[in-house]
Amino acid sequence: MHITTLTSKKFLVAVAIGLIIVILLATVPLYSPGYTVVLLSSILMYIVLTVSWVIFSGPTGYISLAPAAFFGVGVYTSALLGFVLPLPVVIGIGGLVSFCLALLVGALTLRLRGIYFVMFTFGLVELILNFVLWWEVNITGTTGRVVPTVNNTTVYYLMLITFGILLLTAYLIRRSRFGLALQSIGQNEDAAAHTGINVTALKTIAFAISAFFMGAAGAIMATRWTYIDPRIAFNPLLSFMPVLMAIFGGMGQLYGPIIGATIFTYLEEFLITRFPYYYMLIFGIIMVVAILYLPDGLVGLIQRLWKRISERKYAYT
Amino acid sequence: MIVTILDVVIAGLLMGGIYALVAVGLSLQYGVARVLNVAHGEFIMLGAFITWSLYTMAGINPLVSLIICGPTVFIIGFVLYRAVFTRLRTSSASPAAFEGNSMLACFGLLFIIQNVAILIWGADIKGYTFLAFPVNFWGAVFAANRLVTLVFALVIGAVFYLFLARTRLGKGIRAAAQDPGTAGLVGVNINQVLALCFGFGALMAGLGGTLISMSYKIQPTMGLEYTIIALIVIVLGGLGSIPGSFIGGFILGLVGSIVTYIEPGLALVAYYVIFILLLLARPTGILGK
Repeated sequence: MHITTLTSKKFLVAVAIGLIIVILLATVPLYSPGYTVVLLSSILMYIVLTVSWVIFSGPTGYISLAPAAFFGVGVYTSALLGFVLPLPVVIGIGGLVSFCLALLVGALTLRLRGIYFVMFTFGLVELILNFVLWWEVNITGTTGRVVPTVNNTTVYYLMLITFGILLLTAYLIRRSRFGLALQSIGQNEDAAAHTGINVTALKTIAFAISAFFMGAAGAIMATRWTYIDPRIAFNPLLSFMPVLMAIFGGMGQLYGPIIGATIFTYLEEFLITRFPYYYMLIFGIIMVVAILYLPDGLVGLIQRLWKRISERKYAYT
Repeated sequence: MIVTILDVVIAGLLMGGIYALVAVGLSLQYGVARVLNVAHGEFIMLGAFITWSLYTMAGINPLVSLIICGPTVFIIGFVLYRAVFTRLRTSSASPAAFEGNSMLACFGLLFIIQNVAILIWGADIKGYTFLAFPVNFWGAVFAANRLVTLVFALVIGAVFYLFLARTRLGKGIRAAAQDPGTAGLVGVNINQVLALCFGFGALMAGLGGTLISMSYKIQPTMGLEYTIIALIVIVLGGLGSIPGSFIGGFILGLVGSIVTYIEPGLALVAYYVIFILLLLARPTGILGK
């Protein structure tokens, strides 16, 4: 009884903080300069990619390097349908196409385990990139496409709404039997299968849900770029960034990937403007250092430090 | 018609030799050291650029560069393993976790090596001419440097196979591949052997890079394509098997050359299709257990 009141109090505080952040974020375009809105849109885009990556890869432990594929599918949906259909519909379709692609790919490959799955997802990005490149050059006779643009504030709000829906989805999945099943797959897949969990089906569905949001993010971001080509849409870096941001932030909690993505996007913006030639080099160094020294990410580090401090407090009193 | 077929087949075999050599290195790194080195292509690139620098600046024959490049890249690989992967191996909770973590660390290394190379050599495409006179095979004509490449790839592969099969260190490496724990019990210095393996893998990549630079254009971002090809070859041939890598390399070279003849833009796409079909049908490869 005592514990439940404590958790519900904790839950209320979390909801209150969440509401304040949502109100702050929603009113940002009213009083901030245009640059802040653009930067925040980029941050939100990476948060969406990272959190949706964590939905699948966090609990199951399958490292997917396919985000760029799903993102690019969204980008191309926006380029193909942007002039015909209203934007929210285009975003929905972008997400759905990615969702279906992920269902197909997942059903084919999620029987593979460990490193084979990683290799496959990485190959998938390059396969789609090369195929679209070949198609555009030989069949349609162009390499790039023009995307209808909308203003920066609209992009920002669309991204914010996507982020809100994603966060709710991620939270509900974590709390559900579905989330528990995914976690048991990550801990011991054979044991999970023996308890009656249809492991391949659950992995495929989680993979597809995460792909939906990646596709939606791609469809939104395309409107900001005005011109796209396959190398922009299927940039492999977009596959690594979510992985790195999630590891850097820590995957144990929902807010870990959000913190990781925020810090990293800001860092990227800072490094690109100050050290354009060293940006990728510094990026690589941070990646290696984060993997070597931050196994549970920033959140894990803070939790460890906090534990040490609070334990000391109890020890002395 | 026969000349065309001969043309396609020989081009495929010449390309296959390089693919095989590159894949042997990766196979060793993943098969024994359990590091899926996605930065493998960057070591190829390093070998190619060191050779290019030595040839254009000091006039050193690329075949002599093999002796210089190999040890240089070997030391880089060995030190990297001791500095990064030994630590990761002990701190990772399980072998599976180590595979994931080490692969991600390799992605970091990929960015580091590639960008250091861009800072040193610039991002432009480079190349030099060496042994470029034509050789005629019953009507099909090829540059001599590509033939030299194939011969050296075969010789290096054979020497390495003998090293693994016949020497004491080779036996230690094979023991470590089968069961690292037991190999340690019978007196194999496991950290040393794994680091050596990673170094040998890098050495193969470096030698491959030197050979590639003799007949192809090079640039700092060339690595990833070779890494992907090497990955496909080792999955095709079976992990950890040197003859498998050679068979896989030649098959992929032939397929690439046939597809390029029919539709030039789709060679990479064809590789992926093979890769995907193979992963689904027989993930252990042709000679895998």
